[in-house]
Amino acid sequence: MELAAETLKAPAVPAWRTNLATIGALMARAKNELVRVPGAAIPGVLAPTIFFLGLNGVFGALTQLQGFETGSYESFIVPVSMLQGAGFTGAAAGVNLARDYEGGWVDRLLVSPAPRWVLLAGTVLAASARSLIPATFVLGIGFAIGVEWPGIDGLLICYLMVAVTAAAAACWGSMLALHFKSQSAAPLMQAGMMGLILFTPAYAPLALLQPWLEKVANVNPLTQVLEAARQGFVGGVTWADTWPGILALAGLLVLLGSLALREMRRTNA
Amino acid sequence: MVRALGARSIRQTFRRPQLLAPIVIFPTLLLAVQTGGAGASIELPGFPPVQSFLQFMLAGAMMQSMMLAGNSGGIAFAVDIEMGFTDRLFAAPIPRFAIVLGRLAGTAALGLFASIWFLAIGLIFGAHIEGGIPGALLAMALVTASALAVGGIGAAIALRTGSASVVQGLFPLVLVVLFLSSAFFPQELMIEPAKTIAEYNPLSFIVEGVREPIIAGIDAAVTLEAVAAIAGIVVLGLVLSSRALKHRLRVG
Repeated sequence: MELAAETLKAPAVPAWRTNLATIGALMARAKNELVRVPGAAIPGVLAPTIFFLGLNGVFGALTQLQGFETGSYESFIVPVSMLQGAGFTGAAAGVNLARDYEGGWVDRLLVSPAPRWVLLAGTVLAASARSLIPATFVLGIGFAIGVEWPGIDGLLICYLMVAVTAAAAACWGSMLALHFKSQSAAPLMQAGMMGLILFTPAYAPLALLQPWLEKVANVNPLTQVLEAARQGFVGGVTWADTWPGILALAGLLVLLGSLALREMRRTNA
Repeated sequence: MVRALGARSIRQTFRRPQLLAPIVIFPTLLLAVQTGGAGASIELPGFPPVQSFLQFMLAGAMMQSMMLAGNSGGIAFAVDIEMGFTDRLFAAPIPRFAIVLGRLAGTAALGLFASIWFLAIGLIFGAHIEGGIPGALLAMALVTASALAVGGIGAAIALRTGSASVVQGLFPLVLVVLFLSSAFFPQELMIEPAKTIAEYNPLSFIVEGVREPIIAGIDAAVTLEAVAAIAGIVVLGLVLSSRALKHRLRVG
């Protein structure tokens, strides 16, 4: 009786602190998965690396075209592969969530008192942190084969774009995972992000794209993100090339985050 | 029996989006992106005379789809082994080779589907098939035979390991083999060391065999080189499958 009274008198833990602890626990769970099954991370690292080396070997001669802004195709293509790695990592977060749903883990999370946005934030932030692994691996390989140093500012902007792209991709993957509640939706998660990242000036500058792709790239928000991530590798860093990327990613994150949250609220425990 | 198992493997692929996506969605997406992104490359000195980059790329897209069909076939076969379906077939009074052949027939049918799909896309978006109907039929036949050949290697790995995740893990290798061939760009214009590797990669011979009737017309020498490369892969697949089948029967 006395103990119960003491408990009632104890100061309540602030909600923000509990939420932060929950997000931290969900991120730690994702990290444990990475440490305990390191093989699971290999495809996410390998695929963008193969794309980077493959595209460089295959399309390297494109720099000979008039109007190409750099003579180093590896420098031009490396941010694409880093963003691709972010896209794959984000999509993988969705696949893992679908797997957790199939296994009943999500049901247990949903009956917990944690707000829905906290549960989503744990998944999204874990994907964001995880995306730095393939990005760093690809960049390391890139430097080894001659990618130009983008400067500290260029590098930081590139990593910011990678991390937030992974967060947006994780929102997209989570939305589909919660909607379809099955890992069978994995191709849709991957193809959606792959399409968004590649229907940009990924292979060549805007002016050299075929007219139909130029039109698509002009309305694709990832074009601004790619241009911001790429600027340090192909020239100087300017605020004019940076803010559109930040704005595009913020918009994408708000839109996809809201949709993912909507699906999470609709999901019954 | 082969027909029944082949029909089953085709149905399985069309019912599971995760098996169909690599065969259709990803190669179509890449075809669109590469055609739109690197289309100006036909102006490069040394690029073979083509009507458009899409016309050049059709063979590459078919090869990618065919290779992934072989990989998907291997994954589905490994899933059958994991679930015990193959064990039940082994216990049935049917020839063992029919079990593998059934799976390969399904993979070959998917290769045929891929060739029709990409030829249709090419025609819809204005690419000419310079070899006409015989050229299109030759390209379809080569892609179908290649799918059968590559499927043999996928089946051998599935039989040997009995693990879907191991076969799935070969997906990056498929991409490596593709990038190190002339599937996406003329070999003469590639960057070293990809250029030299592509020169000796058997897949380059098959790609050129499929591409020639599309961009120029039927050429007997190029076709024969492609057939020889496919035959080589078929023999390799048969040897590996037969050894893996014996191993599977031994370990159960």
